Order: sequence, then C-alpha cells, then structure tokens
Amino acid sequence: MEDLTRLAVETAQAAGASYADARLVRSREEQVSVKSGAVQGLEVHAGQGIGVRVIADGAWGFASTTATTPEAVAQTARLAVRIARASATTKRQDLRLSEVEPARARVRHTARQDPFAVPLEERIALLLDCDQAMAVEERIKVREGFIRLVREEKHFASSEGADIYQERIETGAGIEARAVAPDGSDTQVRSYPSSHGGNMGTRGWEIVEEMDLLGNAERVGREAAELLDAPHCPAGVKDIILEGSQLALQVHESCGHPIELDRVLGMEASFAGTSFLTPEKLGNFRYGSEAVNITADATVPGGLGSFAYDDEGVPGQRTPIVTEGLFVGYLSSRETAPIVGLSSSGTMRADGPHRIPLIRMTNINLEPGDWSLDEMIADTQDGLFLLTNTSWSIDDKRLNFQFGTQLAYEIMGGSLGRVLKNATYNGITPEFWRACDAVGHRAEWIMWGVPNCGKGEPMQSAHVGHGASSARFRNVRVGVMEE
Amino acid sequence: MDREQAMEMAQVVLEASEADQTEVILSASQSALTRFANNAIHQNVAETVVQASVRAVVGKRVGVVTGSDLSPEGLRQLARDARDLARVSAPDEDFVSLPGPVPYSGETDFADPATADFTPEGRAEGVRLAILAAESQGLTAAGAFSTGWSSTTVANSLGVATYQCRTQAELSVVVAGSDSSGYARTAAAQVSDIDAAALGETATQKCLTSRHPQEVEPGDYTVILEPEAVGDMIMMLSMYDLGALAVQEGRSFMAGQMGQRVCGTNISIWDDGHDPRGLRMAYDFEGVPKQRVNLITDGVAAGVVWDSYTAQREGRSSTGHALPAPNHWGPVPINVFVATGDSSLGEMIANTEYGLLVTRFHYTNMIHPIRTVFTGMTRDGTFLIRDGRIAAGLKNLRFTQSILEALSGVSAIAREGQLTDYVWCPAMKLDAFSFSSATEF
Repeated sequence: MEDLTRLAVETAQAAGASYADARLVRSREEQVSVKSGAVQGLEVHAGQGIGVRVIADGAWGFASTTATTPEAVAQTARLAVRIARASATTKRQDLRLSEVEPARARVRHTARQDPFAVPLEERIALLLDCDQAMAVEERIKVREGFIRLVREEKHFASSEGADIYQERIETGAGIEARAVAPDGSDTQVRSYPSSHGGNMGTRGWEIVEEMDLLGNAERVGREAAELLDAPHCPAGVKDIILEGSQLALQVHESCGHPIELDRVLGMEASFAGTSFLTPEKLGNFRYGSEAVNITADATVPGGLGSFAYDDEGVPGQRTPIVTEGLFVGYLSSRETAPIVGLSSSGTMRADGPHRIPLIRMTNINLEPGDWSLDEMIADTQDGLFLLTNTSWSIDDKRLNFQFGTQLAYEIMGGSLGRVLKNATYNGITPEFWRACDAVGHRAEWIMWGVPNCGKGEPMQSAHVGHGASSARFRNVRVGVMEE
Repeated sequence: MDREQAMEMAQVVLEASEADQTEVILSASQSALTRFANNAIHQNVAETVVQASVRAVVGKRVGVVTGSDLSPEGLRQLARDARDLARVSAPDEDFVSLPGPVPYSGETDFADPATADFTPEGRAEGVRLAILAAESQGLTAAGAFSTGWSSTTVANSLGVATYQCRTQAELSVVVAGSDSSGYARTAAAQVSDIDAAALGETATQKCLTSRHPQEVEPGDYTVILEPEAVGDMIMMLSMYDLGALAVQEGRSFMAGQMGQRVCGTNISIWDDGHDPRGLRMAYDFEGVPKQRVNLITDGVAAGVVWDSYTAQREGRSSTGHALPAPNHWGPVPINVFVATGDSSLGEMIANTEYGLLVTRFHYTNMIHPIRTVFTGMTRDGTFLIRDGRIAAGLKNLRFTQSILEALSGVSAIAREGQLTDYVWCPAMKLDAFSFSSATEF
C-alpha cells in the first residue's frame, strides 16, 4: 500500500503539484438483512481504490481510480494535477493550508470481539429470532432486521511527509416492525434501538450483544400495532422531552451541520446550504441555555465518528462547540481554519477513496446534565415524551426545523399518559436550545451512530456519532400535521 | 468498458458459478464534477470506477457479492463467494427465479461522445460563464458542473445478456446576495444542452428580484410551483408510493385504489425509460427492458412499477424497474413524466390575484406515505404575487402538505417542462398549499 501512495504523491509533484496527498483504501462490508421471516439480503462488498488530491497553481484537483496498478495510479495523479490547473483559472487567491506536524503512525481497530468472526449462520439466526418475536399479531405486516459490519484499511501519505496507516472496524444492527391497518388507511412503524440504521459504532460484536435485540423485539412489534389504535398528536404548544436517539438527530441537524466551517464560508451554498452561525458569532452568540454543553469529540472510544487521524493527517480532537450555552467552536479543516484565524480541528473525512475529504461531524455530543429521565417526566406538568425519529427537515441555514417521531407519550401532572401517533414538533434552532432547561445525566448517556449523513457533490455519506441522553425543552409547537 | 469487454467478463462469472442461477452486473463509469463557490472553483474531482456484483441463487437462498477486482481470477472468486454466501443463507419462499431474457430491439447506446470526453478545461470555462452575471452585480455564485459516462451490463445464467451506456451532464447555479438568493439548473444527456451563461443570468435575476424579502404569515395560499418544486414533490410520491413493494407492504396510498380517482383529472403521471426528454435507460438492473407504465392517468390510479420479485409474487411480469439486488425498498419509477397543460409560467402569474411563486424546495421528507403528507422548505427564490405581478421577494416558508390534496386542486399546468432529478415536469398552479411555519431569511 505504501508504495502506491508514495508513487501517487511523487508523480503529482513531478507533474507540478506544490502539495499532494494520496489515500489508498481497502474495505470489506458484510450486511445481513432479514425481512418478514426470510433472508432478503446477504451481501458482501469488497473494494479498493486510490484517491489523489493535489494543489497546483494554487488550486485543488482530485482524481481517483479503482485500478491499483502503478500505471493507473500515476495516470490518476497526473489527471489530478491537470484538474487543479483548470481550477486555477477561476481562483481569487492561492490556497493556504494551516500547519500540521506530518505524522507517521500505525493505528489498529478498537473492536473487542471481531464481528467478522461471528458466523453468518449465527447472525442470520439472531435476526430471524427477532423477526419471529416481532410478529405479535396480524396487523404487523413487515418485520425487518439487519446486521452490518465494516472493515476499512486506509493508508495516507502526503508530500509533507505524513505516512499513516489506520484500520477501522464498525458494527451496527437494528430491527423494525411495520403495522398496517386492516382497511389500509394507516401504517405505523417502530424501530429499535433507533430508526434510519439502528445503532452503529467503531466497536465489535459487543455492541450487538449490548443491544439485546431479541429482548426488545416483542415490544417493538406490540408498540407498532398499538400505534394504529392511538389518537393523533394534537396541535398545540407543549413542553417536550426528547429521548436519546431523537435528541441525537436534533443535535445532528441543528448543531452538527451549522458548525461546519465550509458551510459557514459558503462552500456548500449550492447544495446543502450555508449556516446561521457566521464567524462574527464565534464566542459571543447565545446558542442555547446554560444547560447546553456540546463538544465535537473524535476521541470517544467506540463512537461512530471516532478516529485517530482525519483524511488530511490531522489528529482527531475534542473541541468545545457550545459551552454553557455560548457558541465557541467550529468543525474545520486545514484550508478553512486559517480563514477565521484558527487551526484545523481535524474533521476532514472522505466517503471512500473516490471522494475528496470534506469537513464532517466527528461525535457531536450533548454533554450530560444532572437529570434522570424519570425526574424530568415527574417535573413536567403538560408535555410530550417523544421517541425515535420518523421524519426530519431543516432549512438551508439550519434555523427552521421540523421533526416527526414514531411514538409520543402524553405527560400530564408528572406522569406518562396516552400513546399518541404522528407526532411532530418544530422550531427555530437557537430559540429551541435556549428553551432547554434539563439534560439527562451520564448514567443514561448513549453513543448513537448515524451511518448516513449526506453532504457534498458528488454526494458523500459519512459515519458520525452523537452522545446524548434525554433533554427537556419548554413551550414547543407540536402536532403541525393535525392543524 | 465496451460491450464486448463487458460480455467477456460476464461470461467468466457465469462459467465459474456453481449456483443454481447466477446474475452478474458490471458497472463502469468515468465522471467528473467541478464545484464552485464565492465565484471560484473550490472543488474539482474525477473518478474512474469499475465494479462487479454477483447474485447467486441456490434453491431459494440468495447471496450477493460486490467487488472491484475485475481480473479473470477476481471475477471467478466473486462467483465462488456469492455461491458460498447463498448456501449459508436462509430461504426466501417468495423468491421464484431470476428473470429470463425478454426480446428488445430498441436503442441501448445513449452516450454522447462530446459529453463523455468533456474536459476539466471545458467545465472550468462553463463555470466562468456561469458566474459572470453574478459577479457583474456584486453577487456570489455557487454551483456544480458535472459530466459523466456510465455503462451497465447485466447477464444471467438464464440467457439475459444486456448492455447499455449513457452520458449525463448537469449545471446548477445558486446566486446569493446579502438577503436573497436565486437558482437555476439544467440536467441533460448532452453537455451541449447546457447554456452556462443563461443559467447564471436566470439565477442572478431571481436573486435580484427577491432582494429585501418581506414576511408573510404561514397559512394556505394559492401557489405556483416552478418545475424544480413540482419535480421534488412528484419524486417524493414516486419513491414512497408508486412501486409494487410499497403496495404489497401496505405503505402506499395506491393499495386498494387501482382504478379509483386519487387526484385532479388534469393530472397524468407515467414512467418511461425510453423518452429522450429524460435520461434514458433501455433495461433495468435485472436486464429486463423498461416498459412505459402509466401511474396516474387523468387523476385515476393506473398502476405501479414492478421488478421480477414483486411481479412473481402475484403471477405478473416485471415492468423493468428493478434496482440492483438486494433491494429492500422495492422497484421505483426513476424516469417519471408529468403531463403538460396549456398555460405558461407567465400566464399563471398574470392570472393570479394573490399568491406565492416558489422556485424550489429544500430538504423535503415524507411524514405519512399513505396520507402523502410531506414537509420541506422553500429556497432560492420565493415571491409574492399580487394583481398578476411579482410584487416582492419573500422570506422562506415551511410547508406541511398532502401531495394528493395539492394535486387535486391544480388550476393551471404549463405547456413546457424540464428535467429535474428523476422527473420531467411542467410548472403548476395549485389552488391551495399549506405553509406551516416561517424562517428568518
């Protein structure tokens, strides 16, 4: 691997690049998917490729290939330089990168139990058992479950002398039941441990064992069916408590994306949008209440957004983002950080060898507070407890958001009441976080993995994490769908 | 990868396989994208990717293996791995068979050589033209200019042997000022259809027209949706509701509604992979020729699209809408067309006493697929229409709206249309569209 990355860098330099880096990536992914009693997907993806990123004439160029012969790699490096020169025809100024000490490192994965060593038959059997347990009644029309394993080896070399080998194992799983009303007029879904990809981390088989999928399967089926009979969440203004996985997505959309410095600087304006957290707000904008503390932490053991070095060779870091409600930090890169007087916070990651690194979330964590979930509910007179995301949307500056959840409980006089369906809530990001008056404590804090964070053109899907427990927000508009 | 090379590789897999049935998909692509922001190119990439995917069937057990080593030994190994995977799987009793060959004598080469060979320098020149208008007005332009060639080969042990190739090109431009923005885009099979300067001019004019935006209260408004917004809405409907698996699983409004009126009689929607106004496809990812499928005709539910798995469950034939296996979402229409009308965007505006004009939506998401309720934001050019004229730019709004209800009150449809992501569609005027909240810009 080292020879090819070195060849790519040297070829690019010989062709005129003032800076070059190369990433050679080999990956293997195994996914088992079960649906309604049958194995519907048993798939293995094995791939490799090399991506070469260069600066020539003061501008970026990038090219990649799946062919890993020396000839193909050299040709790809020369194409990257040609592309950079085309970029330079519109440049305003030469690119400048923040300094980084060139690292030479070998980093092993952090999985305790190698998930690839767990026989496929055992993975299938677990999911089929869950499938059967979710089939609690006839109205459960579809049951699904999956287990996903990823192993990635990545070698990074740069013209500055960096030489980094990293190995990574990710493991994830989840189950879901869909209930359909006999007359076809309604459908409701429950998922565990979360929707949109279960839960996932840079961990081994131990994360699947800790989920206890089978121990939760019957409940998932029962709750999906019960939702068909539940009343709609009425429209109004309520205090709401968000369960951890929904809170993780709230952090993701309303904090994780707007702190990406490339968005802030307009580099994503054509697609995902920009950000309301403009540079003059850094250090003096009240993002949330004093209960709100958010960090970007690539060093959390097992987090899906954890790593030792990013794809520019910058060490993974823990960066304060919101401290006692004050906005204090960005996710940044070697190119963007100097523009606002900072150094890279080490967040550049690419979705495989064929994509350039972009600023991506690491683990964006809502740090624990003092409350237990039970205390929060007991302290709420007229509210909703909202669990598990089902729909999400936010504007292109990350201000106006609206989320839907699979399940809601009424809270009346400090106790949980009826189950409600089709719950939605919406708000404006800083108003919402300023209305946060209770955050769950560490004993209930979970690392949630989001394996499908989309950004960039061509689209890239990143694996990121969010540590969260639960939190309460006062006076939130709910039930938009029923107005 | 040309047809002959691809077929030779496919044959290596089929000859090596010891499974009961075997399918191989060979994908090859060369694509490039030049991205700009703040009136300069800031990302510029190209990729060359080849990949093989092998689906092996042993009884009713299925395994799929994908790899990028396309050497003869690499391909033979994929065949062995797929068979081994299928053997340890559990049976899917609904699986009947891979599809057999279906005669097709139409076109399979949709590639434009000039687009396939388009250069980094050509894209940079396009970007330069696209930002001219914005720059001259002291505004900033951002966007992406992409060109690419791709081929898909599907062969199976039942005799399917198909090859198709195509090109595509797209240029999108967002022009932003201090308190407004505008958008324009062209997607096409040929790069020569893209007029970069004109797109930059359109986006710039929208940005200028929407300066100093006013606020309107959320509520129900008459709304004119430009094609980008209509396409987003129809794509949402197509993804969630217009495939056979969605019906079979009870998550589509189409379940039990075939032949019933579901929206206004002036609405017809169909899928046609052969229509040159879209990005053509001769076959689906099982090598089945794509059929035109009427989805909604004159407001009546007419049909959904099928792949071999969903079709065999009900003793039907595939309509040629399979996605690559394994596919948990089911078949989806991806060459969608919406019938045009007899109006124009200008006439719709002139005939509107009070309403909103929406350029495009942002971050749309389905809330309830059976009720077809979706949400999203307006973006890059939202306007107030008063007395038949664009009276002001507006701050953006969130909508929460049933798509079928919206399509039940369409009072005008444009004569012309354009290709959006997977949908070719005209602008529409809707009697009522529900905006549920507002944002700050």
